[in-house]
Amino acid sequence: MKTIYILWLRQLKRYFRSRSRLVGSLGQPLLFLVALGFGFGPIYQRAAGGSYIQFLVPGIMAMSVLFTAMFSGIEIIWDRQFGFLKETLVAPVSRMEIMIGRTLGGATVAIIQGTIVLLISFLIGFRLGNLLCLPLVFLFMLLIALLFTALGTAIASKMEDMHGFQLIMNFLVMPLFFLSGALFPLENLPGTLAMIVKINPLSYGVDGLRGALGTGYQFGFTQDFLLLGGATGVLLIVGSYLFSKIEL
Amino acid sequence: MIEVKNLSKVYNGLRAVDNISFKVKKGEIFAFLGPNGAGKTTTIKILTTLTNPTQGSIRINGYDPISQEREVRRSFGIVFQDQSLDDQLTAFENMDIHGVLYGVPGDLRQKRIKELLKFVELWERRHDLIKKFSGGMNRRLEVARGLLHHPQIFFLDEPTLGLDPQTRTHIWNYIKELNQKEKTTIFFTTHYMEEAEKVAQKIAIIDHGQIVAQGSAQELEKQTKTKSLEEAFISLTGYEIREEEVKNIDRMRLIRRARVR
Repeated sequence: MKTIYILWLRQLKRYFRSRSRLVGSLGQPLLFLVALGFGFGPIYQRAAGGSYIQFLVPGIMAMSVLFTAMFSGIEIIWDRQFGFLKETLVAPVSRMEIMIGRTLGGATVAIIQGTIVLLISFLIGFRLGNLLCLPLVFLFMLLIALLFTALGTAIASKMEDMHGFQLIMNFLVMPLFFLSGALFPLENLPGTLAMIVKINPLSYGVDGLRGALGTGYQFGFTQDFLLLGGATGVLLIVGSYLFSKIEL
Repeated sequence: MIEVKNLSKVYNGLRAVDNISFKVKKGEIFAFLGPNGAGKTTTIKILTTLTNPTQGSIRINGYDPISQEREVRRSFGIVFQDQSLDDQLTAFENMDIHGVLYGVPGDLRQKRIKELLKFVELWERRHDLIKKFSGGMNRRLEVARGLLHHPQIFFLDEPTLGLDPQTRTHIWNYIKELNQKEKTTIFFTTHYMEEAEKVAQKIAIIDHGQIVAQGSAQELEKQTKTKSLEEAFISLTGYEIREEEVKNIDRMRLIRRARVR
């Protein structure tokens, strides 16, 4: 238990100490909110979709959680290159504890990041539907955060160095975000795109957040929760397995 | 304290460690001496449970590293060849994490951290981030950290590589003091002859994964009919320069050494 706590705390300290990372990771969501939110707002409204900001904010929160969580998982490669991983792997604790501590740490950081985006969006006119639904907002952020920290961990366990990082950003993280319904409604999508969106677990996270924040569900709470939760469970198992197989 | 019998490790068909056997007694300082790529680091990785052997039997403090991983891990402390600190944390925080991972209880942990940071003369800098530390300070902190849980055996993999003579002397003084006061068994690898000669009571020379000779420095000189450990080493391992995955710093040192002759 103490092992999990201290490794969780380590992730948090690293996050708050790295100011450039803090500021840098807020720049992108802010840009998306302002440029897309205000840019597409009028057209969206004319198409009778209502307020685009209301629609967009949950998507950008999901993006922020996704990016931060993936990065936290992939951070293992740094630890491997700069050696701290060895220190934990040679200690008399189980790999499972190390994995849990790291994953919770990464997920916590991602949730903080998502919460900051939510707070910022109030400044540009976002309004919360129902305060009582806030626990659900955090539940969905937690699931997204755990899912992608575990995915990052799984990938990082198989990577030797940072060279593949850009590849993962461009061919995995970006598509996950753009093809999740974070930016556009899911009605009347072309068949192939609709299919891709449906097999992307982030779509259910985005939808869950949207529902909880008061913009309305498209898939419904039960479907969002079960599919996202299921994907998170699977990834946690795969991630733990691959992490337990790391040899230095 | 350490007992190794017929140990081998094969990586993709290459015998990195080839049927080696040796014993290290309690309280002994034992040096593993060998050129680059001889199998020193692989041996340490196997002894410290980071890699499984292909063959052979090992006892560390009476335990088997494969079936009694946790007991073995509690028995030793280690300073890795490459830096292994978290550079975004302070010296104190790095020590504290180590203490928690090894289950050292709160009060004792605080006391021990203070004692050890004073021992390696870093107490004043305890709240500084590691990224502000020099290579020598990192190494000293790693020595302190490895000792936090009172290990019976202390492994050091090339502990003085790339350090200035002052820091090297300091590090060996800490280690000798530790060995005398706490009777900690020391196992280190190096390719600095003078370190092995000065510090170790027993030396094993390893080359191409095999132990080619072992004994005290005097015994090795006698066996090879040479006058110094350096000559004994060369007569046992040959003049040829090893190029296996050598870091620049090692290569420069090897070339320099070959040129002197």
